[in-house]
Amino acid sequence: MTMLSERQQLSYIAAQAADARLNVELETEGMTLNIGPQHPATHGTLRIIARLDGEQVVWAEPSAGYMHRGYEKLTEVRTFPQVTALINRIDWLGSFANEVPFILAAEKLMDIEAPPRAQHIRTILFELSRIANVGLFLGDLGVQMGAVTPVFMAFRDREYVLNLIEGATGGRFHPNFDRIGGLKDDLPKGWIDETKQVMKKLRRFCDEIEDLLFGNEIFQSRMRGVGVIPADVALQYGLSGANLRASGVDWDLRRDQSLPMAWDKVDWKVWTHPDGDSWARCWVRLQEVRESTKIVDQLLDTIPAGPVMAKVPRIIKVPEGEAWVSTENPLGEMGYYVVSKGDLGPFRVKIRSASFNNMSIAPWVLKGVYVPDIITILASLYFILGDIDR
Amino acid sequence: MLAVVPLSDTDVDTAPAADELRDGIVADLRTDLGDGVIDSHVASGDDVWVRVSAESWAAAGDALRRRGFTYFCFLSAIDWMPSPYGNGESDPSAEPDEDAAAPEMRPGYTGGDTRFQLLARVVDPQRHVGVTLKADVPDTGEQLSMPTWVPVYAGANWHERETAEMFGIAFVGHPDPRKMYLPGDFEGHPLRKDFPLLARMVKPWPGIVDVEPMPEIDGGDDDTGGES
Repeated sequence: MTMLSERQQLSYIAAQAADARLNVELETEGMTLNIGPQHPATHGTLRIIARLDGEQVVWAEPSAGYMHRGYEKLTEVRTFPQVTALINRIDWLGSFANEVPFILAAEKLMDIEAPPRAQHIRTILFELSRIANVGLFLGDLGVQMGAVTPVFMAFRDREYVLNLIEGATGGRFHPNFDRIGGLKDDLPKGWIDETKQVMKKLRRFCDEIEDLLFGNEIFQSRMRGVGVIPADVALQYGLSGANLRASGVDWDLRRDQSLPMAWDKVDWKVWTHPDGDSWARCWVRLQEVRESTKIVDQLLDTIPAGPVMAKVPRIIKVPEGEAWVSTENPLGEMGYYVVSKGDLGPFRVKIRSASFNNMSIAPWVLKGVYVPDIITILASLYFILGDIDR
Repeated sequence: MLAVVPLSDTDVDTAPAADELRDGIVADLRTDLGDGVIDSHVASGDDVWVRVSAESWAAAGDALRRRGFTYFCFLSAIDWMPSPYGNGESDPSAEPDEDAAAPEMRPGYTGGDTRFQLLARVVDPQRHVGVTLKADVPDTGEQLSMPTWVPVYAGANWHERETAEMFGIAFVGHPDPRKMYLPGDFEGHPLRKDFPLLARMVKPWPGIVDVEPMPEIDGGDDDTGGES
């Protein structure tokens, strides 16, 4: 051994140390896997820290806050009409739907109601947001499972819906169209016929996705029985929307509360699924897009005549009080707790976004699953980063 | 395989019996908590607010859950102190207002005695009725603290972490009291009213130059949405 030079000795020690490290890893003592914040499989900058034992997750914890924009603070230095420009960006795939509950809360405090025509058009645009949002989800779902085709179809058909939203509001992603007391404008000429055509296309898109994705054996075997959430756990964590209905809870805020909107004037169905697994969550969403196209079709036939704006003062001061309004948004229950002190702007706005609660169940549901299931479960829970971080 | 099983009766008509329903909820809570219920406010056919004492906060959550309010909606807090910086619409370069120097706290529905109030909402998914629960956070001069709701509603976990960092209220018994959004070494509690919004301090709100006095009229025309 004394023959070895110092350099050789050092390389020997280094080799031994490398072997030792390798052995430790092969014994699957456990390792920590960091997914994100920029991993392509997570949409947006969510970070998952998972502790693994072999292929199995011992615990996993999402780490949010990489995109926190402090909207609750910012609303305190804005006037009521200005707030809609901010909250548009919470769930950016279904922007118009974000505006509605806040406007309804302000209207509730002011004790005014939008004219019937405005309520109708609001509901139509709300459902179009849902179609644009959940339609993209259905395509994105395939990509996260390695099926690339559906996402192209989803982007293609979402484009039709975005064009409609742009035609009516002027904004593709951030309409900022809803006003306290009604809407900024009436619908443009020819929009109704165009929308009916698009709804037909979207129903065909749903059929295609159902055949291509939901009928796929690989898709089914990766989704069925994975990430099961029982109804009582889902309620305890405040899951809402399709996630809750997929656990068998028959509850939809569009049907089960009275709001000055037009959902109660048309015939549609709330879909539930008893299984509570990833498959059920995606399947319920697929049915909801179909129902939305039916809602839009029926509403288009029954738009009442009249103004789209109620008589409201030019300078809006909201009387002192507190109001809570939530609606069934594409991602689930979205609500605003608005506290007004009678000023031009709100005193405090608590934004209850659906994805925040929907993701808070992740540590519970990811415990004990295998690594590839992390992606499918997160995909099926469906979150938008802006909706978690606000 | 894809059979759809509705679990609850869908034809729930809450409007006519709303008063009885919400008054009943308050009465139930009084039975469960006794003096723990300090005040309540029922907006007929719409909503109900109940203020409980800080000691009864955990018990109130437990009682509501056993009464069927199994859906956890949200938990947060309110800082009732008026902002010392104005509302951002007034001229930021102006000296602080004399009134603002002696801020007067006006709590909302069901009143309140302290600067901070916890706020939580739970819903009964069968009857489709929600309750907004409030509790004063006792101001002892030290670290503000309240009991946790996590053992009752597991979903309160993230909400309490957010409330803790944003308002500086510690939740006693919370299993994972880390920061939710903010970096670990962040100082201050952003949603407190005395936490300055630095962007507004550095650069005045650009919209301020456009503001001109508007005529005080009651009627409105098409663009009364209130831009500017």
